[in-house]
Amino acid sequence: MKKLFLIALLFTSYSYAQEGEIHGDFQLNLQSYKDDARIGAIAPDEIILNNSFFNLIYSKGNFSTGVRYESYLNALLDYDSEFQGNSIAYRYASYSLDNLDVTVGNYYEQFGSGLVFRTYENKGLGVDNAMDGVRVKYNILNSIDIKSFIGKSRTYLEYSDGIIRGIDFETNLFELLALENSTNLILGSSFVSRFQKDNNPKFNLPQNVGIYGLRSNLISGNFNYYLEYVHKYNDPAGSIADNSNNYASGNAIKTSLTYFQKGLGFSFDAHRVDNMEFRSERQQSKEYIINYIPTLSKQHSYTLLAFYPCATQSNGEIGFQSDLYYKFDRGTKFGGKYGTKININYSRVLALDGGSSIKNDSIDFTPTFFGSSNELFYSDLNLELIKKINSKLRVNSTLAFQKYNKDVLEGKLPGEYGIIESTIGVIDATYKLKRKHTLRTELQALLTDDDDGSWSMALVEYTMSPNWFFAIQDLYNFGNDDQKNHYFNLNFGYIKGSNRIEIGYGKKRAGIFCVGGVCKEVPSSNGFSLNISSSF
Amino acid sequence: MRVVFSLMFLIAGVTCLAQIKSLPSVNVKTLEGNQFNFKNIENNGNPIVISFWATWCKPCTKELNNIAEIYEDWQDETNVKLVAVSIDDRRSQSKVAPYVNSSGWEYEIYIDSNSDLKRAMGVSTVPHTFLLDKNIQIIWQHRGYVEGDEYELFDEILKL
Repeated sequence: MKKLFLIALLFTSYSYAQEGEIHGDFQLNLQSYKDDARIGAIAPDEIILNNSFFNLIYSKGNFSTGVRYESYLNALLDYDSEFQGNSIAYRYASYSLDNLDVTVGNYYEQFGSGLVFRTYENKGLGVDNAMDGVRVKYNILNSIDIKSFIGKSRTYLEYSDGIIRGIDFETNLFELLALENSTNLILGSSFVSRFQKDNNPKFNLPQNVGIYGLRSNLISGNFNYYLEYVHKYNDPAGSIADNSNNYASGNAIKTSLTYFQKGLGFSFDAHRVDNMEFRSERQQSKEYIINYIPTLSKQHSYTLLAFYPCATQSNGEIGFQSDLYYKFDRGTKFGGKYGTKININYSRVLALDGGSSIKNDSIDFTPTFFGSSNELFYSDLNLELIKKINSKLRVNSTLAFQKYNKDVLEGKLPGEYGIIESTIGVIDATYKLKRKHTLRTELQALLTDDDDGSWSMALVEYTMSPNWFFAIQDLYNFGNDDQKNHYFNLNFGYIKGSNRIEIGYGKKRAGIFCVGGVCKEVPSSNGFSLNISSSF
Repeated sequence: MRVVFSLMFLIAGVTCLAQIKSLPSVNVKTLEGNQFNFKNIENNGNPIVISFWATWCKPCTKELNNIAEIYEDWQDETNVKLVAVSIDDRRSQSKVAPYVNSSGWEYEIYIDSNSDLKRAMGVSTVPHTFLLDKNIQIIWQHRGYVEGDEYELFDEILKL
């Protein structure tokens, strides 16, 4: 029936297509695997694995409908094996009329920062917790935005048991009061609740679990101040075994301050989180998380800087991060002929004083509010310098000092690995050979006495705009006394407009990869890859 | 399986008919925190470049920094306007305004916090650049950025 409905929907779209618009995008990720005992890579029985996605959207005026076809035959090794087979995993229809916006089927939504609720997708990580249900948005008096929804949240290719309901209000106070003011004060509040039947024979579990949030954002001239508080009512995991249910409530506070002027930028973010995992089911499992606690560290893009990435401990942590951006003007001592840019970033995350509420069985236990323990989870001090040397050469250099509590951040036993201290250096040089031909090299080193020891990486990339690129890189574990492994990679690709084809061959290291506060462990692998992406 | 085939068949048929041209009706936020419906972008009948980027994406900032050096010339010659849509989520959102201002960018900046606009415009990875003509119709797009891609973009702007 569902499939018939879909086809009917598509036929309708088809017959209207002459007037409306059709567009979409396509992605194919194919990877071959072979055994490589040296790096611990094990080939799956299939030898070749595939993840593919096809999005199709039809829109006409204020009406829009779309489907996504997902194919996991079978899912790539860095995906969870629960992704298996083909599915039209996403379909929706929506329209808007006179400030009313209605969506049925699948949708993604975020309230505030996402501390209360966020569903999103990240194909690179294999995360998609889209809602399936109904969402209505309404704007009153041109100044109050109301969003409400009801639905179930996706995990892998299934929907969770819990029914999630939510409502969110947001208003610009000065606009609402019709004050002529260059200052904006945006106030918001949200409430989300999950219903799941209590079928636990031993415990009396709450069938409705609520979470609420209050937020304010003051924006005046070059200043921006944000403050959000959220509270989660008790949500025991529902285990039948004794002593496994914890009736503690949770809360979080998040704040940020930014300031900027031409040539200068500053930002400060801090949060305190206690027992704040909110899930679509009464489970302890991470796959069901439907809220988002932004990680308090810089999102690095160079390989060795992101080697030991920070991951939010939603059960309890306190920390901050701060950024300073500055541009030395051209013609000054540090600016030189073209100007010099610097970025200094510092982050530090610690355990709550006394531990988190969830780790203690008594509901009466609350960690002190503004205290932290001496247990460090993560710290990162990094300095980036961006300098144009002459019309052909540009150099980016970064120096970083990181501390990474492997036991906590990777869920190991206490004392198993301890804290990994590393010093990391990166030099990225871009040299223009001709107008459209560019040579780029990256030299990176991560020095540490801990874990697997020190690493280095070198990359050479040659690009011919707008169509071609070639890259060779080697990651080398030179500080490892047992096995000094090389991870060699070769990639080349062709880009034309919105089509991109990339072929790669090489070894991937096992490790932790994080995007958007979600981290996953990826096994090592060795083989060819083919990636095609295209939009139309 | 039959359903899949018929779907693919339909898709193949449909794709021959039309391509994305106009901007979707999706709300994004300005740096001042106001809601803005993206279909209302305009530039008095002059060309518009839309670039999807993030503060953590090196090729993105490279593209926008390289264009920033020649943006004034581009504007003098063609009255083009560049609209930079940040897909930074709450983790790095507070860095957007400091980054933009310290870099001295003169672009129009929007924030697409949960990637709603990104999805609606079929952008799977950043950077992704679109060019719009005087009727706010998308006439050209490019995925990714390597040094020198800005020359191709400018050639396309000059064709308008």
